[in-house]
Amino acid sequence: MFGKGASSSKSMEIIGYEKKFSVLIVDDDPIIRKIHSALLSKFTKEIQEVKNGKEAVDLYRSGASFDIIFIDKEMPIMNGLEATKELRAMGVNSTIVGVTSCDLSSERNDFIAAGQNQCYEKPLTIEKIKSLLSELNKNN
Amino acid sequence: MERSPLLRQVAHQRQTLFDEGLLDEQFVRLEELQDRTNPNFVEEIVTTYYQDTSRLILNIEQELERRPLDFGRLDGYMYQFNGSSTSFGAKKVKAECSLFREYCRAGNGEGCMRTFQQLKREYATLKRKLEAYFQLARQARLTQTASPPG
Repeated sequence: MFGKGASSSKSMEIIGYEKKFSVLIVDDDPIIRKIHSALLSKFTKEIQEVKNGKEAVDLYRSGASFDIIFIDKEMPIMNGLEATKELRAMGVNSTIVGVTSCDLSSERNDFIAAGQNQCYEKPLTIEKIKSLLSELNKNN
Repeated sequence: MERSPLLRQVAHQRQTLFDEGLLDEQFVRLEELQDRTNPNFVEEIVTTYYQDTSRLILNIEQELERRPLDFGRLDGYMYQFNGSSTSFGAKKVKAECSLFREYCRAGNGEGCMRTFQQLKREYATLKRKLEAYFQLARQARLTQTASPPG
């Protein structure tokens, strides 16, 4: 999925990642959704946003699928950890990346135990996303 | 090419926001996301921030009137406020949010109320200065478009 392939857009040529990939942003904060969407649009045009874990789970139940899910920890209705557990229980293999405002070191174990592949402190940056994509390219 | 006086004024006003400690490097990262397809991105973020956090301010004000104070609830609201303020680089507001949360953890109602008043002052000051900056920046862009370099 993150291997070499035909170039699909100028922005991704500039960033250096040639393969298309889709992203789901899950966060109750509209500011974070806007910022992360703008950041990720430098890497891909296939971006969708939802406001909480339940909406993310419902999307998958309706048949949608994404290569990477960026999911906040603290959200109303269904938080990031609960949503991750639910998605993994459904057999979802997407890369799930936790994003938190809290102290990451104390929460990393919770994220990994829930089934997340990686976690970052908010807000995401270009450097964090490049590092994540590089890691995913290596593992694939 | 020498900058016009208006552009120099915009640059100076922008620098003042950092020199006075109102903004941090996260604001710069947001500016870097601005491009031709998204020219007003930072202003949109700031507008969304003030719309969203005005609701939080109201909630916190109402909570601070209750007796006894629910520090857990107050901390929850301030956690959200802190997250939003951090996301666009509102440095002084963020500092007051952290202080408020410390007072919540200590169960110090007086400290919470005092800090909240200071937070609102910093929040209003930042709003006023950002609005002035964005207005000036828009003026400068219009002037540039009207008189292309020749």
